[in-house]
Amino acid sequence: MELFNLVLKSAFMDNMVFAYFLGMCSFLAVSKKVSTANGLGLAVIFVLTCTAPLNWLIQKNILEEGALSWISPEFATIDLTFLQLLMFIAVIASFVQLVEMIIEKFSPALYGSLGIFLPLIAVNCSILGGSLFMVQRDFNLQEATAFGFGSGFGFYLAIIALAAIREKLKYSHVPNGLKGLGITMLITGLMGLAFKTFIGMTL
Amino acid sequence: MSEVKEKEVVKIKPSESLLSKRRKNILVDPLDDNNPVTIQVLGICSALAVTIKLEPTIVMSLSVVFVMIFSSLLTSLVRDYIPVRVRIIVQLAIIASLVTLVSEFLQAFSYEMYKVLGAFVGLIITNCIILGRLEAYAMGNKPYDSILDALGSSVGYAWIILTVAFFRELLGSGSVLGYKVFEMIGWSGFPTNGLFVDSIGAFIILGLLIWAQRSRNGYVEN
Repeated sequence: MELFNLVLKSAFMDNMVFAYFLGMCSFLAVSKKVSTANGLGLAVIFVLTCTAPLNWLIQKNILEEGALSWISPEFATIDLTFLQLLMFIAVIASFVQLVEMIIEKFSPALYGSLGIFLPLIAVNCSILGGSLFMVQRDFNLQEATAFGFGSGFGFYLAIIALAAIREKLKYSHVPNGLKGLGITMLITGLMGLAFKTFIGMTL
Repeated sequence: MSEVKEKEVVKIKPSESLLSKRRKNILVDPLDDNNPVTIQVLGICSALAVTIKLEPTIVMSLSVVFVMIFSSLLTSLVRDYIPVRVRIIVQLAIIASLVTLVSEFLQAFSYEMYKVLGAFVGLIITNCIILGRLEAYAMGNKPYDSILDALGSSVGYAWIILTVAFFRELLGSGSVLGYKVFEMIGWSGFPTNGLFVDSIGAFIILGLLIWAQRSRNGYVEN
């Protein structure tokens, strides 16, 4: 139940896009059509759900002060936290590359529709942000996984909703300078306002 | 990342002066006509996240300028030795090492500021402007040109986030750099608007800023 609450909280109240502005670049760039937004959203859910627990294991077993004591007690004083950023981004980048290769091998159809988004995900800040927040908030392994999934799901909902609105927007008269990014920012602001109503919701 | 252009490789005459017209263009273009945030739609995440107050925004801009210039220089120096298949990881490793430097520096000399910026210092790594410029420019050009390009792009980024931060702090907290400006000019009842402290204000201010800038230089997105 608590885990479910965490999923809910990270998907709606602490939405990656509206509360922390993470993943904005791909959120804005890939939200022109619902079908492509769907592909990117699913890929983000998958990568976030896998990298959050993976990075949790690295943080607890390698990086933290005293984490290396499982090798030998002499290492108990070593603190490798300064390598955190480098390790996390390496894990994410190589995981994304791995996923890309696996999908290419086993499901060329899926690769065709998802292919271009996969490398983009390595630099999607919501992935690295998810790992960094998970460390900041002191989650355990299950919580980290739930948090990763919830955040990914929140991103998915947000990007689908924005893509749907933008498809409709093609038929409205927008002032020239506001076309494209400008009106999208304003819409995102209004959507953020809507997501604010979820604050305080628990099960 | 999505709007990275074809590689912009330029042939240089050996006798070209340090600030020729072409080089000046590299530097000035991203400030306005080809601004990374408002025209190319890159680096929006951090443009919004740290702009509640002006002071952290200044630190953030300086960090980005630093990381951007040095990562461009380093990438440009080793550009002929990077295998194409692993170039993204190599670029990320260069950026991540520089960001680690910044983060350690802030922890050592300005711990308060480090607490305020929190995870967003680390997120400079995934700032798409940096990776985008490395990929599109530094991978194919000489070090000095790459530095100019990096300087132009990062300053173009900096002035946008400083403007957003100025308005957010002014309207949200009624202050500029922590000074209560409205009380100083004798208007103590200034109604501050909580919406601007919140994320929503940032979206709206940036949206309006983009509108203003694009109507000025006539850029229309299809």
